[in-house]
Amino acid sequence: MTLFLLVQALVLLGLIVTAVLIISFKDLLAAAIAFAAFSLLLSLEFYLLQAPDVAIAEAGIGAGLTTAIFIIAIRGTQRHEEKT
Amino acid sequence: MKMTKIVRTTADLFFPFCLVFGLYVVVHGHLTPGGGFQGGAVMATGTALLLVARAYDDVTGRIRKGAMKACEAAGLLIFLCAGFSGLFAGRPFMANWLAPAGQWFRTFVAHGPNPGDLNTAGLLPLLNFGVGIEVLGGLTVILLYMLSGIKEEKK
Repeated sequence: MTLFLLVQALVLLGLIVTAVLIISFKDLLAAAIAFAAFSLLLSLEFYLLQAPDVAIAEAGIGAGLTTAIFIIAIRGTQRHEEKT
Repeated sequence: MKMTKIVRTTADLFFPFCLVFGLYVVVHGHLTPGGGFQGGAVMATGTALLLVARAYDDVTGRIRKGAMKACEAAGLLIFLCAGFSGLFAGRPFMANWLAPAGQWFRTFVAHGPNPGDLNTAGLLPLLNFGVGIEVLGGLTVILLYMLSGIKEEKK
């Protein structure tokens, strides 16, 4: 039980860290990869909360397809955020 | 932005395994977590990997737009035909008439540990298969149209 709580606390901490990384990166490709890591941790959290169906959907759509769409969009525009 | 050789080789190597795992999730849809939509999304992730790693002209030989549109239409057609086949058997729309009647889909899913026979649940594997190839076709067509609008800079 304590191991379960420890793993869940680690996953939630990782979620917060990756979410902060997403908005702090200036390199948009790195931000897209950080978003993929965020989705992967989120699907792991769904699996820990005993929703394996949602976990598979999140891993397929969130970590796979959304990252691919972001990377294709970055290929069509530019890689670095403009300085304001 | 051109991808390196490492990314292209990894995508080529990983593509068939991704398709096979997605097909596994689709085929076991009525027994294990997952189903038509999830398996189709996993298969579309495999094609998205190939599309991200390569330029549009490289990839059209392996992933054709027409074939993906045909996949989408065939999935919808399978779903509709499976739904209307209940009417021809003298039952309501989407009735699971195949489950107790036929020779192939006769058995029921056992409780507890079981060998995981695939020929159970009647009409449901057919519906899962239709949804699976429909999701694969639809998501890949979206990605192909996005990729075809990009002008790659010459290197």
